[in-house]
Amino acid sequence: MSAPSVEKGIQFIREQIDAPVASFFSSCVHCGLCAEACLFYGQTGEAKYTPINKVEPMRRIWEQEYTLWGKIKSSLGLSRKVTEKDFEEWETLVYDACSLCGRCSLICPVGNDISDMIRKIREGFAAAGYAPEGLIGASKRAVEIGSPMGVKLPAVKAQIAHLKKDTGLDAPLDLKGADYMVLLSSMEIMNFPEYLEAVARIMRQAGKTWTISSKAFEATNAGIQIGVSDIAAELVQRVVDAAEELGVNTVISPECGHAFTAIRWEGPNLIGRPFKFKVQHILEVLDDFRAEGLLKTEGLEEAKLTFHDPCQLVRKGGVVQQPRNLLNMVASNFVEMRDHGAMNWCCSAGGGVSANERADEVKFKAFNQKKSQLDELGVDTLVTACANCRIMLEEGIEEHEMDLPVVGLTEMIADHLVEERVEDKAEDKNE
Amino acid sequence: MTSEALLTWARGPGFDLALAIFVLGMLLRLFEILSLGNKPDLAEGRGSGVVGGLKTIITRNWPRGTVFAREPVRIINGYVFHLGFFIVLFFYGPHIELFQTKLGLSWPGLPTGVIDAVAVITVASLVLALVMRLTSPVLKQISSVGDYVAWAATLLPVLTGYLAYNHMLVPYTQMLALHLLSVELLLIVAPFTKLTHMFSFVLSRWYQGYQAGHRGIES
Repeated sequence: MSAPSVEKGIQFIREQIDAPVASFFSSCVHCGLCAEACLFYGQTGEAKYTPINKVEPMRRIWEQEYTLWGKIKSSLGLSRKVTEKDFEEWETLVYDACSLCGRCSLICPVGNDISDMIRKIREGFAAAGYAPEGLIGASKRAVEIGSPMGVKLPAVKAQIAHLKKDTGLDAPLDLKGADYMVLLSSMEIMNFPEYLEAVARIMRQAGKTWTISSKAFEATNAGIQIGVSDIAAELVQRVVDAAEELGVNTVISPECGHAFTAIRWEGPNLIGRPFKFKVQHILEVLDDFRAEGLLKTEGLEEAKLTFHDPCQLVRKGGVVQQPRNLLNMVASNFVEMRDHGAMNWCCSAGGGVSANERADEVKFKAFNQKKSQLDELGVDTLVTACANCRIMLEEGIEEHEMDLPVVGLTEMIADHLVEERVEDKAEDKNE
Repeated sequence: MTSEALLTWARGPGFDLALAIFVLGMLLRLFEILSLGNKPDLAEGRGSGVVGGLKTIITRNWPRGTVFAREPVRIINGYVFHLGFFIVLFFYGPHIELFQTKLGLSWPGLPTGVIDAVAVITVASLVLALVMRLTSPVLKQISSVGDYVAWAATLLPVLTGYLAYNHMLVPYTQMLALHLLSVELLLIVAPFTKLTHMFSFVLSRWYQGYQAGHRGIES
């Protein structure tokens, strides 16, 4: 890669401008309603956090280069070119105060996909060298080591060994022809080993074969978050190569929001061809198992609990009903938050915000939105399906000294499996 | 130039010129958008992009409750001046006669008393929109000269039409000429300001809706 520069940044932004982006800027009437959808504006009251304002440099480049009127204005010296100062000023708007949650896109009266434009403008900021240190580091580690948190294969193997020792369950590495190839997020490997155990138990009950690739176990994609398509494509390619080499039927994206968007929706577009396998989020897989009668549970959680919808699952991924079906199998007192589902509020740390320490202050302010949703309900347990949301929710809850455990949904389902009968079945099959 | 001569010019060559700029300008804007192209989505879809696109073109006419609750006045006011503008444009008798001579189409109008009241409401609504733009920190942040030009270009035809009909301020012929000139101003600035949204909103809603439909997500 050539050295970062403002010219390069502008060039990268220019390349992102397509017909949808041009239609969005043409249609924007500056009504400001996107601000009302944004938790960063809502919780800070700072007008600069108005979503459409976050892509103002891109709007100027579009107007000056792709419209006749803009060209006339430029030639008369009536428009301001995008400069180094703009990159400096907008960097925090683009990275720190946007979790790419997509609420603004859903409320825009003229249908502008603003969060997608912010995802796009990041390409220019990263190319110009105006990206947060935390995300630059995460992207480098993802490319060089294979995980944004620097997790290597031995750590995965150690977790598999633990799993065998503690439960007798196996997590087969590189099993050719398996039904499913399971991806993990670094956070699940480091902080939430219960996810792997839950998957192992559920797969055993469902009677499905599954595997983890030693070459591509990491699901997260720092390239998407920082906005470097080359890196994003390379990370996707690793998963694609592994899945095709093993000949698996379906790749399962773990309890992580952006990882699902990255592999499910951006993936084929990044590598320039459709996949030869299916991609599902773990919740889609579990809900399929439920519908096919492969998921047998017993007992109900009695605690009053609610579900935090990860943005990338509901707004970008279309996974809305599945967690509700699953929760209703195992919970007797499941209540919904205000604005749940497609309009749920972000945990405040998505879209790379969690990897960007500089954003800590604004992130914790933005968390107050989630806090107010939770305070209204007064629940005993918070369930979610994204390791990144989970970490943020735990941090925010701790900051406010709230007493509220956060649980992953997959793990909760696994806790209610009727296992004896299935164990016999699995053993019969194996012998 | 007398008021009569000005009116004759504004009704004839002036109007034709403004209309030509409007039509060609809008076509240019649409060409500028569409010529940039849009890559096909290679991800395996869950549903129909076309259905999603068409659906979003319709459904974005209504606000979501969660945002409406935060800005009810701004949102209702938006409906008021859009509807008011459409009513005076399309349901005032003399306007319908004009459309009939130009397009050969005719439809029933509304009583002039109603049109008169709607014009007042529309002007008031536009004034409120301006006050909000000048006072709200968010709107100030995202506003530029173009917003005020578009605002004035929208207000003037309604205002001059009202003044002409009620024979106020200046003699009727003169005000009617000003009314026609203000309409011509609106036609000329529309393709070069945010007023382009009168057509491009279909495209922007379509693009987001198409992707949502293809991916099986809400839009």
